[in-house]
Amino acid sequence: MKMHSADFSADARAALADRQLQRALGNVQRGFVEKRRKARDKLPEFDALRDSAKAIKDHTLAHLDLYLETYETRVKESGGHVHWAADEAEARDIVLDICRNAGAQTVTKGKSMISEEIALNPFLETNGLTVVETDLGEYIIQLRGEHPSHIIAPAVHVNRDEVEADFRRHHDFLPASRNLEAPESLLSEARGVLREKFLAADVGITGANFLIAETGSSIIVTNEGNGDLTQLLPRVHIVLASLEKVVPTLEDASQILRLLARSASGQEFSVYTTLSTGPRRPEDPDGPAEYHVVLLDNGRSKMLGTEFQDMLRCIRCGACLNHCPVYHAIGGHAYGSVYPGPMGAVLSPALAGVDKAGALPNASTFCGRCEEVCPMRIPLPKMMRQWREREFAQNMSPPTQRYGIRLWAFFARRPALYRLMAGAAASLLRMMGRNGRIASLPLGGGWTATRDFPAPQGRTFQEMWRARGKKVA
Amino acid sequence: MTSRDTILGALRRAIGPAANDAARRKAVQTRLSEHPRGLIPARGQLPADERIALFRKMLEDVSASVETVKAESEIPAAVAGWLRRRNAPQSLVHGADPHIRDMPWQDEAELKRREGKAAGDDVTGLSRAVCGVAETGTLMLLSGPDNPSTINFLPENHIIVISAADIEGDYESAWDRLRAIKGDGIMPRTVNLVTGPSRSADIEQTLLLGAHGPRALHVIIVED
Repeated sequence: MKMHSADFSADARAALADRQLQRALGNVQRGFVEKRRKARDKLPEFDALRDSAKAIKDHTLAHLDLYLETYETRVKESGGHVHWAADEAEARDIVLDICRNAGAQTVTKGKSMISEEIALNPFLETNGLTVVETDLGEYIIQLRGEHPSHIIAPAVHVNRDEVEADFRRHHDFLPASRNLEAPESLLSEARGVLREKFLAADVGITGANFLIAETGSSIIVTNEGNGDLTQLLPRVHIVLASLEKVVPTLEDASQILRLLARSASGQEFSVYTTLSTGPRRPEDPDGPAEYHVVLLDNGRSKMLGTEFQDMLRCIRCGACLNHCPVYHAIGGHAYGSVYPGPMGAVLSPALAGVDKAGALPNASTFCGRCEEVCPMRIPLPKMMRQWREREFAQNMSPPTQRYGIRLWAFFARRPALYRLMAGAAASLLRMMGRNGRIASLPLGGGWTATRDFPAPQGRTFQEMWRARGKKVA
Repeated sequence: MTSRDTILGALRRAIGPAANDAARRKAVQTRLSEHPRGLIPARGQLPADERIALFRKMLEDVSASVETVKAESEIPAAVAGWLRRRNAPQSLVHGADPHIRDMPWQDEAELKRREGKAAGDDVTGLSRAVCGVAETGTLMLLSGPDNPSTINFLPENHIIVISAADIEGDYESAWDRLRAIKGDGIMPRTVNLVTGPSRSADIEQTLLLGAHGPRALHVIIVED
C-alpha cells in the first residue's frame, strides 16, 4: 500500500468524525480486551510463558544467521525451495516468476501481512493474474478496495450492513431477492463463492506465523481453514515470511503458540495450527506439487543489533492494537501504514524511514498498556520514545514543538526562574478555572477544542518537594 | 552477490565480531538436537483419567461434540448414528488407514464409503488422529495415503476417531510421538493440529461456525 502517515493528523480527525467507523470500533474494545483477559486468567503460567517466549526469541535473534541457514537446508532436504528477498520489489518479482513458471491464471491467498507490506496483489493483477483473498475479513476488504485496518481482524472497521451491501454489489450472479440479514447467511454466501475459487486456483499463497529451523516447516494458524484450502488444493504453494519468523524447534514454537491465540483473540488455541514441510510426497494423494518460501528482509537485518532489535520478537498477535486508546479512537487506517497501532508505530519507521512514518511514534499517550499486554514483552513505549528522539535529532519535528522545547530548556537551566514562572503560571491557571476546569486556553486550543483542560489543584510539584524537606537540585 | 549473501552478511555484521565464534555454532547444534522442553502448564501434566476428561471438556468448549465407545468395532454404528442425528446423508470419505478400513462397516448396510482424498462435494469425512493434546483439546492428523489432508477441510462434517491411549497432556509429548512415528527431524508434508470446527469472527466480532472448513467436528474416543 502507498504510505500516507504524513497525513496522520488530518486522517485521525476524519476517523473521529466517521460514525460508521466509530460504531465498528466499539467492537474492538468490547470483544478483544475482555476475551484476552479471560484466557489469560485461565492459564496461571501465562506470565511465566511470556518470559520463556522472550528468551526463545532473544536466543534466536542472537543466532539468526545460523538458524536461517539450517532452516534453508531442511527446506531443501524436504524438496522445497527457499528464495531470499532483500526488499519488496525482489519479493514481488520472485512470486511473479513462480506463478509464470507454473502457468498460473488464478491465485488464492491466505491472510498475510507480508503480502500487504510488499503490495503483492496490485502487482500480480497488473501482470494479468486473478488474485482472490480467502480469509473472510480479507475477502470483504478486497471487495471494498481497502487495506486491512487491523493485523488479525482486517475488516474490523466494517459493519454488517456494509458487508451485505458489498456482497449484493459483487455477487450479482446470485438472486437479488435473497435474504442476507443474518451474519450466518453472509458467511454461507462467502463460503460458497470462495469454494469455487479454491478449487480453480493454480497457486496458493500463505503467510507464516513461524518457520522451524529443526524441521524446515512453516506454520500458519487460522480459524476458518482458508489457509489450509489455499495451500492444499493448488499445484503450487508459496509461503511469504520475514526473516524473524524463524524459531529453533517444535518445542520453541509450542511455547509461543501458547501465547499467540490467547493474546490475539482470547482463544485457548486457534482452530487450525498447520505445519507444512516441502511439497507432497510421492505417495500422497493430495497437497501441492511445489513448495516455495520467500524469505523477506526489507529492513529487518538493519534492526538487528540496534535499540529496535526487540521489535523483531513481535508475533503479530494484535494485542497492542486491541488495548491502545489511540487505536480505539481512530482505528487502523488513519495510521497510513501497513502496520497500525503501537507495533506499527515502532515497526513502520524502521521499515519505511522516520521521515515518512515519524508521525506514528507520536500517536501515543504513553499509557503503557501495549507493553503490559505484549506476550513477547516488547518495550513499545520506550522504542516510540527513541523514534521521537531520532526525529528530533534529525530536525524533523514541527517548528512549534522545537521552539516550545527550546523555551522550556531555557527555564529548566535556570531553576530559580523556572520555579517563579511555574508558580505564576499555576496561579494564573487556577484563576482561569471554573469548577476545576478550563474550557478555553490561549495557545492551547488544540487541547481545549475537544476537551476541557483541568485547572491546577493545590500546590506545584516543586513546592511539595520542598515541603518534604528535600533539596531541590 | 546474491540477496542471500547480502542478507546473511548484514546479519553477521549486526551480530558483530562474535559472529564467527565456534561457540555460537555449538549452541545452535545443541538446541536443535536436544530440542529442550520449555515451561509446560500444570494442566498439560495430568494423570490419565483427568487428562482424558480435560481433553473432552476443552473440545466441547470449542463447540465440538465428543462421544466415547468401548472398542474400534463400535465405530461404524457410532458414525451412522451421528449422521442420522444430524440428518446428514449416510455417506463417508476416508483414507487408507487400516484401522478405519478394517472396522466392521458391513454392519451398517446403508452407509456408503469411499476411500481416497476428499472432493468439493463430500459431505462427511472420517479421519484417525495419531494423538491428542489435552491442554487445549487438540487433535494431531498427519497427511499421507492413510489420511489425505483434504478430508480435514473440504467436507461439511468431520469425524475424528482417537484412541484414549493416544491422548497426551501437552504439545511437547505430541512432538515426541511424531518423532517416534516419522523419525527425528522428519515431517510428513502436512501436520494438522485441529481444535474444533471451522469458525470466523470477521463480521462485527460475532463468532460463527463453519467458515471454510467443516461446520461440525465430532470426536469419537475409543477406550480400549
